Amino acid sequence: MKKWSLLTLVGADQQAIVAAVTRVLAEADCELGETSMMRMGGSFAMMLRVRHENQDLATLLKEVCGQLSLHLHIDDDVDTASSAMEPDVNITVYGADRSGIVAEVTGILATAGLNIIDLETAMAGTADKPIYIMTIEGQALQGVDALTEAAKMISDGVELNIIPIQTLRA
Amino acid sequence: MAVLEIIHYPDQRLKQESEPVTVFDQALKDFLSELEETRLSGPGAVGIAAPQVGVAKRIAIVDVSKLKKPVDNHGYLLMINPEITHWEGMEKGREGCLSVPDFTGNVIRAEKIKIRFQNSEQQWTEFETTGYEARAIQHEIDHLDGMLFLDRLVSRRTDLFERKVYKK
Ligand SMILES: [Zn+2]
Repeated sequence: MKKWSLLTLVGADQQAIVAAVTRVLAEADCELGETSMMRMGGSFAMMLRVRHENQDLATLLKEVCGQLSLHLHIDDDVDTASSAMEPDVNITVYGADRSGIVAEVTGILATAGLNIIDLETAMAGTADKPIYIMTIEGQALQGVDALTEAAKMISDGVELNIIPIQTLRA
Repeated sequence: MAVLEIIHYPDQRLKQESEPVTVFDQALKDFLSELEETRLSGPGAVGIAAPQVGVAKRIAIVDVSKLKKPVDNHGYLLMINPEITHWEGMEKGREGCLSVPDFTGNVIRAEKIKIRFQNSEQQWTEFETTGYEARAIQHEIDHLDGMLFLDRLVSRRTDLFERKVYKK
């Protein structure tokens, strides 16, 4: 009986990490599902859903994690089907960097029914005047108008764009 | 009349360029009816192209007039030998495809296009269209050129280039 696990691997970024890790998984007949992998700061972070024959993934990956100095965390994933959820709203936020901006924006939008599917933030601007940029894809469980209304409570100086997603099927 | 079978990628027929229609006969009209019936059988499909039923001819249907959230539209469009003659602007939007089940992704399309095509009586029509209808037409004409929306996927990180519709 095959099962799904969620692997999280993090380590100092270096070339060909993805190839090294996924080769070990492929040679052990582990199937990849959804994955998300990116450089964050000087680190490289990988999250992979893996379907396998109840293997000991920690032992399987021990050697490659040692070679590349990767931290490994394994969770069993109960979701057996595709976990894809359809976003119906796209939100971009930016402004002068200050502490608490993500907490404020997500907190206010959560009360208006925002279910976040995907969120990314980045720092930009100059060293003395940094700016913060956030992009969100999510579901507006109470409708996009509720989010737009709630967004008025967000502090001045934070630019916010709320754009409905109307997925085309053809 | 019958609902035709929709073929799914990796069927390589979806990657082939389709041939122009040169014979406008009753068989063509029968096929158009079946293609429309097939579109209507798909869940919420606003368009369909002949290659999606394995027919390599330059025929597509688009109808965005019945959406829950209405958009500007030209009604039911049956397009034979369609050509885009002008493109303007760029806009990102989310697309899915009857030939690629269980996946949607972000694609950049022209915001405004000029389109010309023939009807089943061989008459040409030309007009400009924008937004969602323009996107649907571009998606369909891609099918006629052996392209899928998968060939045009973009990262979410292009978000900042979107036009603003709400400013706090
Ligand atoms: Zn399609």
